[in-house]
Parts: sequence; structure tokens; C-alpha cells
Amino acid sequence: MRLPRSLVGWFYVSPLMLVLIPFFVLPMVVIITASVLEGDGFGGIMPFFTTQNYIDVFGSGLTFNLYFSTIKFTILTWVFSLIIGFWVAYFLVFHVKNQLLAIGLFLVCTVPFWTSNIIRMISWIPLLGKEGLVNMILQGLGIIDKPLEFLLFSDFAVVVAYVHQLTIFMIVPIFNSMARIDKRVVEAALDAGASRFDIMRYIIVPLSKSGMALGSIFVVSIVMGDFFVVRVMSGGGSASVVAALYEDISVLQYPPAAANAVVLVLVVMLMIGLILRTVDIRREIAR
Amino acid sequence: MSTERRQGDIELAGVGKRYDDIVAVEGINLKIPDGAYCCFLGPSGCGKTTILRMIAGHEDPTFGDILIGGENVVGMAPIERRTAMMFQSYALFPHLSVRDNIAFALRVRGVPKAERYKAADEMIEKVQLTELAHRLPGQLSGGQQQRVALARAAITGPRVLLLDEPLSALDEQLRIQMRQELRRMQQDLGITFIHVTHTQLEAIALADLVVVMERGKIKQAGGAREVYVSPHDRYVAEFLGGQNVLSGKVEKVNGASLVMRGPKLEGFEVPVAGKTAVTQGDKVDIAVRRDDIRLLRPESAAIAPGNPHLSTRVQAIEYQGYFVKVMLDAIGDDEFVAYVTERDFFSDPLKVGDIVVATWQSDHTLLLA
Repeated sequence: MRLPRSLVGWFYVSPLMLVLIPFFVLPMVVIITASVLEGDGFGGIMPFFTTQNYIDVFGSGLTFNLYFSTIKFTILTWVFSLIIGFWVAYFLVFHVKNQLLAIGLFLVCTVPFWTSNIIRMISWIPLLGKEGLVNMILQGLGIIDKPLEFLLFSDFAVVVAYVHQLTIFMIVPIFNSMARIDKRVVEAALDAGASRFDIMRYIIVPLSKSGMALGSIFVVSIVMGDFFVVRVMSGGGSASVVAALYEDISVLQYPPAAANAVVLVLVVMLMIGLILRTVDIRREIAR
Repeated sequence: MSTERRQGDIELAGVGKRYDDIVAVEGINLKIPDGAYCCFLGPSGCGKTTILRMIAGHEDPTFGDILIGGENVVGMAPIERRTAMMFQSYALFPHLSVRDNIAFALRVRGVPKAERYKAADEMIEKVQLTELAHRLPGQLSGGQQQRVALARAAITGPRVLLLDEPLSALDEQLRIQMRQELRRMQQDLGITFIHVTHTQLEAIALADLVVVMERGKIKQAGGAREVYVSPHDRYVAEFLGGQNVLSGKVEKVNGASLVMRGPKLEGFEVPVAGKTAVTQGDKVDIAVRRDDIRLLRPESAAIAPGNPHLSTRVQAIEYQGYFVKVMLDAIGDDEFVAYVTERDFFSDPLKVGDIVVATWQSDHTLLLA
């Protein structure tokens, strides 16, 4: 028996559909629907169309403050995790001659992930706290005379925690794209008289662009969608978009929360769109 | 001009390379004249690529000196040596267009854009890639990639061009075509080419100087005809092919020739040709070119007196076009093959299993070291 061509095509994509429809498309439809309905203020949703939720979101100065703060964290985290991730991957790929050792070190990078996120964050407290290790050492060396306050429960601490948590998401894809660079290509550049800096900017950076873009997508979308780290590490001093959204939900304001969520999805999509515009990942991978 | 002409001279003086306990190259000495096409020939792992990489400056010798144009270059960067290397499977920059690949060396030397593109375009024209200048390497065929690699290496006007198995990534037909292009390019540029290969046909077709290597040592270095026709020893003779190598015992030494006898071989005279230190009773190897062997039917055998001859049986026959390869019963472990011209063979075709007498002119016998 021969199935029609179009039906066979649908069979091929069906596993993906089975995942995407219930876990992505349906929730999105529900959220978008809820965002344009009226709430009764007690957790109920009434079937009346309204744009008030969006008007509230865009009309509030708070929204812009929240986005400003979240995007600030995103950019800082992105910059630091990209710089650190790039150098770790570079070291592993180009400077560790023994492949077994490179893979071993690579696995060591994942060790922090064997514990929960909460424990990893809590573990910063004895390090960064007022009587923490860093302050103690700095005071002991006589560099400062009273403890640095900004180390814990601050924007600084938030960024530190994010970078700690997310650098691995940069290392993995960058390591992967760097490992695919033929060593002879680097040698050929050397043969042509390129300095180390030339090799870095003309060969290694362009050839690991796809990894950097993939890592950036991970980092940006995770930070944009997170509220937990901000809440814990800032000690409640800083807010984020999702934290506000969570507030709405906890007081049963579902339609405004849904409108907020839709706006966030659009902003994140815009940011990822920008990344993909800068680096044509499909072309880079196909090369 | 004469001093200018000598800048591509290469001299390897006791050059050796050791990796931990493994000796890759054992103190070799070699002179390569300027403007020569030199091929290093040997099986994989014989150290030929290591030598190339040491001349290129991608590896440092453990001991010995490398002189280019009379100047010791050990420890210098490739750019200071004015050498350029063409890598195995080319190692083109996959993200750069043909033009940018070729202009790369000028770019890192700080040549302004307009100027380096002008030079690159001239080079592109030379290798006939004008229409493909904006393509990426991945969009080119193997032969085109090779031309890009060649142009990229040649753009800085190196005095020595080093080629690591340049033809191995190509299919048979293209290989022969690109081989000619390499030779033409070398004559065009008038610089020294050093080419590493494991294909004897490639080496003897291209090279002015063939260097045959085995396990980190030079076995023989000489012109293509010299190594092919007068191999120095059994290894060279077998590696270059085209020779039958037979072993025997020296029965008598009389000045310019000796009498040798082998299993199945009656005593016959072999010219000594300068090879000294052979005494009665020594075991010696001789080589006879496969195309010098004549096969006769035993009943009509008209063997000239004094010429060596042996009775043997046809084991297999391979048609090769312009000649026929007749494999004969081995003498001990030695291969014994006759190349018979196509016309001669079919005037009286042999069959597998036929008994024949193989003979050759005794002065065509070559005594091996």
C-alpha cells in the first residue's frame, strides 16, 4: 500500500508536533486568550473581550522600570558569560593538547550543576556576605577597613549568580563550534604570517560565531525569564519582569499576568531575532 | 642574479626529530638546489612530513641545522623563513571567499584592501579561478580548492613552497591533471618546491630530485630516472616498483663483474659497476627491470649464451593496455614479474600455467647494495 505523499510528510513531522502542540502551542493559545479577557478580581476569568490589560501594561511606568532592570541584568550576564565562556572553551580546545584531559576538564565545568540551583546560590552567602570570605580576606590584607556592602544582596550579587549559573551554557556550544575548527586552518594562518591576535580575530572568532550565538540565545532567554535569582540574590532590592508577573498570579490577577507574559514573549523573540540576524546559524552550521 | 638565484637553496645538516622516545627523523643530510622540484617519497610514518614541517617552521628539529639560502632558519617563524606551505586537504579558511583566502597573508601583513585585492586578483587569474572569486571554499571542487591553496601559498612570493601530499585528496584523473599544473606553476614561479608524497608515480613524474625515505632515514636521493633505473638497494627498488629483485650468492669475483648463482638460477655474470666490497660467498641482491625480461617458450628457447635464464610458470596475467603484466612463479619470496608489450604478448599469447623461460641481457642486471 502506498500512502499519499503529503500524508507521509505529516508522519515525518508528527513526533515534533506531538511535543510542540500540547506543550507549546496550546499554552500559548490559552495565555493569549486570557490576556484579552476580563478578570473578576478573585481569580475568575470572564468571557468579555478587553484590551484594558495591555493598556495597563503599557501605561504603567513600572513596566519600563522592570524591563530596564531585567535587560540590564541580561546584558551584564551575557557579556560576562560570553567572555568567560569563550576563554574557557578556547583554552580547552586549543591549549589542552591531551584530548582526554580536555574532556575531563570539560566535565569538571559541569560539576556545579550536580547540586541544585538553590544550594549554588546559598553557597555565595558565606563567600560574599558581610562577614564572608571575600570581606575577611580583603580586611585581613588591609585593603579595606570596613566590609564591602555591595557584595551580597545587590545587583552585583545577582549578576555573579547568573554568570555562575549560565556560563556553562556558553561554554558548551562555543566548545562545540571551536572543536570543529580544523587545527591545520590555524596552522595555515600562522604560515601566512598571522599573529596570535590575527588568528583570534580572523579565524577563531568568526568560526565560533554559531556557538556564541547559540549560547547567547540560552543565556538571554533564561535571564529574561527568571525571577528567582533576582529575588534571592538582591535580597528583594531589585525586581524583574517575571517577578512582577508572579506577584500578579499570587494575587489571582490572571488576565494582567497573561498580558504581561505575552509582552515578555514578544520582547524575548525580538532579542533572539536580533541574535539570529547577526549570526546566520543555519548557514554557519551547514558550512 | 647569481646570488639572487641561490636564495631558495636548502641544506639539511644532520637534522633529526625525536618525540619522547620515538625517533621520527634520524640526522639526515641533504642539499636541494634553488628552483628544484624535490619530492620526498616514502610510506606513511617514514618522517617525510616531519621534515617538511621542520623546513616550514611548524616544528623544530631536535638537533641539526636547516639552511635556506645559506642562512640557518632554525627557530624562525615561517614568515621570516619566506617559506609557504600548502597543507594536506588544503586547510582553506572555510568562512572566507576565494579572494579573501588568497589575500589573507597580505591582510595580516597590513597591506591596504585595494592593494591586496589587486594582488589577489592577479593570482586568481593565474590559477584560472576568476569566475569563482566570491565563492566559499565549500562550494568548490577538489581541483579548484587545490588551486586556491596554491595561490594562497604563492601570493607572498615565498622562496620555497612546501606541499604536503597535495594530490592525495583528488581522484585519479584529476590527480594527473593537477600534477601537471603543479609542475607548470613551479616553472612559472621559478622557486623551490618540496613535495611530500607516498605515490612513486607522482614523485618520478614531477621531481628533479627524488628523496626516498624509510623510517626516518634517506635511502636514496637523486634524479627521477636515477632512482627508478638504478635503485641503490632492495628497499628503493621495491618501493619504486618496476624491478624484480632476486637474491643469490657470489660464486666468483672477477674485477668489473662477478658471477652469481641463485636458486633456480644458473651462474651468470653481473656487472659490479663500482659497488665495492663484494667477496666470494656473499649474499647479494640484484635487480632486473620488469620490461627487460623476455619470456620464451621452452621448445623454441634461443637463449644467447651467458645470459641468465630460468624456467618458470605463468601464475597470473593482467592486461594493462599498452603492456601485459605477466606474474611468474616466485623464486622463494621474491616477486617475479615481466612486462610484455601488448603486441608481443598477443603475437603468441601465454596462458596461466604455461611453462616459460625468462631471460634477460646479463648487462641489464643491477647489483644492489
